[in-house]
Amino acid sequence: MSPEVIAAVAVGLPLVSAFAILALGKWPNVRDAVGIGTAGVLFTLVLRLVGPIKDGLRPEYPILEVLPGVSLGLKVEPLGLLFALVASFLWIVTALYAVGYMRGHHEKNQTRFFAFFAIAISAAMGVAFSANLFTLFAFYEMITLCTFPLVTHHGTPEAKKAGRVYLGILLTTSIGFQLLAIIWTWQLAGTLDFREGGILAGTASNGVLSVLLILFVFGAGKAAVMPFHRWLPAAMVAPTPVSALLHAVAVVKVGVFTILKVSVYVFGLDLLGTLASATWLAWVAATTIILGSLVAFTKDNLKARLAYSTISQLSYIVLGALLANEWGIIGGGMHIAMHAFGKITLFFAAGAVLVAAHEKDISRMGGLGRTMPITFGAFFIGSLSIIGLPPAGGAWSKWFLGMGTLEAGQIGLLVVLMVSSLLSLVYLLEVPVRAFFSAPPEDAHRGEGIHEAPRLMLIAMTVTALATLGLFLNPGPFYELMRLVVN
Amino acid sequence: MTVHLPVLQVVIPLLAAPLCALVRHGRIAWGIALATSWASFWIAVQLLRRVQAEGPISYALGGWAAPIGIEYRIDLVNAFVLIIVTAIGAVVIPYALKSVEQEIDAAKIPLFYAAFILCLTGLLGITVTGDVFNVFVFLEVSSLSAYALIGLGQDRRALTAAYQYLILGSIGATFIVIGIGMMYVMTGTLNMMDLSVLLAELGPNRTIAVAFGFLTVGISLKLALFPLHSWLPNAYTYAPSAVTAFIASTATKVAVYMLLRFFFTVFGWAFSFDVMQLDLVLLPLALIAIFSMSLVAIFQTNVKRMLAYSSVAQIGYIILGISMASVTGLTAGILHLFNHAMIKGALFMVLGCVMYRVGSVEIEAMRGLAKKMPWTMAAFVAGGFSLIGLPFTVGFISKWYLILGALERDGWQWWLVVGLVLTTSLMAVVYIWRVVEAAYFQDAPDEVGEPIREAPLAMLIPTWTLILANFYFGIDATFTSEVAGSAARALMGIAP
Repeated sequence: MSPEVIAAVAVGLPLVSAFAILALGKWPNVRDAVGIGTAGVLFTLVLRLVGPIKDGLRPEYPILEVLPGVSLGLKVEPLGLLFALVASFLWIVTALYAVGYMRGHHEKNQTRFFAFFAIAISAAMGVAFSANLFTLFAFYEMITLCTFPLVTHHGTPEAKKAGRVYLGILLTTSIGFQLLAIIWTWQLAGTLDFREGGILAGTASNGVLSVLLILFVFGAGKAAVMPFHRWLPAAMVAPTPVSALLHAVAVVKVGVFTILKVSVYVFGLDLLGTLASATWLAWVAATTIILGSLVAFTKDNLKARLAYSTISQLSYIVLGALLANEWGIIGGGMHIAMHAFGKITLFFAAGAVLVAAHEKDISRMGGLGRTMPITFGAFFIGSLSIIGLPPAGGAWSKWFLGMGTLEAGQIGLLVVLMVSSLLSLVYLLEVPVRAFFSAPPEDAHRGEGIHEAPRLMLIAMTVTALATLGLFLNPGPFYELMRLVVN
Repeated sequence: MTVHLPVLQVVIPLLAAPLCALVRHGRIAWGIALATSWASFWIAVQLLRRVQAEGPISYALGGWAAPIGIEYRIDLVNAFVLIIVTAIGAVVIPYALKSVEQEIDAAKIPLFYAAFILCLTGLLGITVTGDVFNVFVFLEVSSLSAYALIGLGQDRRALTAAYQYLILGSIGATFIVIGIGMMYVMTGTLNMMDLSVLLAELGPNRTIAVAFGFLTVGISLKLALFPLHSWLPNAYTYAPSAVTAFIASTATKVAVYMLLRFFFTVFGWAFSFDVMQLDLVLLPLALIAIFSMSLVAIFQTNVKRMLAYSSVAQIGYIILGISMASVTGLTAGILHLFNHAMIKGALFMVLGCVMYRVGSVEIEAMRGLAKKMPWTMAAFVAGGFSLIGLPFTVGFISKWYLILGALERDGWQWWLVVGLVLTTSLMAVVYIWRVVEAAYFQDAPDEVGEPIREAPLAMLIPTWTLILANFYFGIDATFTSEVAGSAARALMGIAP
């Protein structure tokens, strides 16, 4: 297959598998095998794109023209490839995990769940390989809508309420700001294509372009920059595999990916550096980083704490983009990968605790480390990556982001990064420390009943935890891709 | 025969209507109506092709050349409107079979189809003719039959709704005929092309200005421009389901076409917008309509009424596009004419399916319906996406051009317009989602009688045909946007 076709298949394959999953609903084993198999095929396909991209190819696959001059099309470039690699690899792991979780937790409507899950991946691939802003926006909205049934999976009043917040914020920001920004860009530049060096330079005054940048940053509501972050904690009512892959990797990364892509290919770093609003927005991101960490402290519910941690971490990437220099972009791009591996491990562990011990609150996890050593061991490694400590991959992206702040001459932002790392050190490590060293709560009936989570779940979190360590030893592949972006 | 297609477009349904009344058998009348509507659609397609290939068609009725005889004149604008009207007719009639058999007395069914086809005749007549008095005649044909159709609704309030529409519609028609009369007094002609030349020669003139005023008010009443919309919500709510689906997507659209024809072709856009400053009237009213009616829609408990208010808001979008008086704005208006017909046609057809099985379209009655009528409710969600204007639907294409049109204009007030269009899209999310939440998240009320099943295929297939059209023309909008763009340029007098 030529690279162009691979890109198209990468978007189409999960979509086709969604229908297969629906058709196979009566045979759960076959259905889940199809899901896992598709994930495997998808990753190998995306992997085959790495070679051509490194050789300097930028394969394009035009689909159709929607309006004169506005078209739907795919184009593979290094940043999108990085995102696609991360998402497709973690889909394999999550597919395994989800089978264990959904069965272990006796969830209903599993067929619907897996089908919408596959559609979400298809849309994420579409965003990753989008050739222009219209395509990106279309797949962006597709993700919002097809994850709604996943968020509201349980159908309870609580889920319904969370669904309203989810849809309300994501649609308000995307229609209210992002769509406006896209049409405005079209009006100014006459094109929506992602081009190296950007398309907006010289089309309007810096004041106008500053406003446009604000619209793009807040319009990517999935990036959860405050004050448009409330949807992410709300989405935690979903089953844990959704929180793990979608609300730590695919959906939220689509948001920050949009901001990175717009920074590099719509504004261009040269132009971005001259915009006044880039600096303000960098401070908005910095505020989100600190406030997100502080709120995470107050949360006793483990998934809620992880959600606020995600809000904080996503703004690292937004910050990296807005620094408008190559270290910032490299750091931001690599943080997409590093945070994904780390955070998915944490969510996997949280889900395992829920399934095996039926505990959601951190204060009640004392003593669980002895019965669930693998789970909390993985949690520990994932935490290291999020904090940015060796020997976990997160150290690298924080390193580059720090260099970016120095290059931009923003010592204040460097301090923010450091403070946030310290905060995350405390609120994340509290969990394994309690689990291993505290006594169980008095009313807990911990006896024979509790043991490690189902095997599929353990395999999944072991894989991601080991990958986090591996990425510290060899961050090369991602680094090289990001170098291609900035050169 | 192809030479006579313009007149056949009107004559075929005109002859078929009494035929429906004469056969006195429901199914046969339906068969005649079906054949007529499909033939009309076929003719409309042929006409559009010819106009695209050869330019405007002029047809002298009975061989009498204008200005003595009546001229039928078809250019891109009305060829496009013909497509809209006949396409909706061709989809709604097959759908009507089951729905009408349940909602209307068997004895009245042949008369129902006669009135239906007569209404179609009137709408097509307004659209093809190039003679202003002929416009009035066909307007009365379509309106009178529409009053009868609405009055056939099951609910007794349908009668007052029809009566209200009758009174206001007649006032509107009277205003229109007064305007036409004044123009005739001043120029001595009723032919649109003649009028456009003579009015330009006449120059500024108080009688013409008054005629302009009468026409503006009369047409605004017919197209339900805020605040002249009060007849619409009741009429749409209480009319039989098939009638609502048809009238909502055609009658107001044809009235908008009249507005375009009078103000752009007959008066000329320079006179309408520069001298009479029509935009100063239309723009604020459109904006108020968009916002206030979206807001009102949010608080409705009857879904049909909710969509009726939404229709008034959507007509506001069309008028907003027109009042920009630019090629992009006009393109947006004409596109939304087509797109909104598909959106609302589809959504009202969904409600007809609900009515057929549940017997009510109150939100309360639709609780938990997604489990019992999955295809129907999925169609509602899909149509709702289009109404909201999400990508890959026609609603998105309309929004795109509307916002682009506003961004092209200078001045802070256009930012308000942009903000309002985006805000009201989000308000559409709210009122659509109220129904979605009820259908998908709430428990069904206790059932009395036989369990509710999925709507019959004879209704689902036409509904889904229109839903899929919403997506088809949203994914590949090159055809509609090019036709609308060329039509807009033609109306503005700019060579394509």
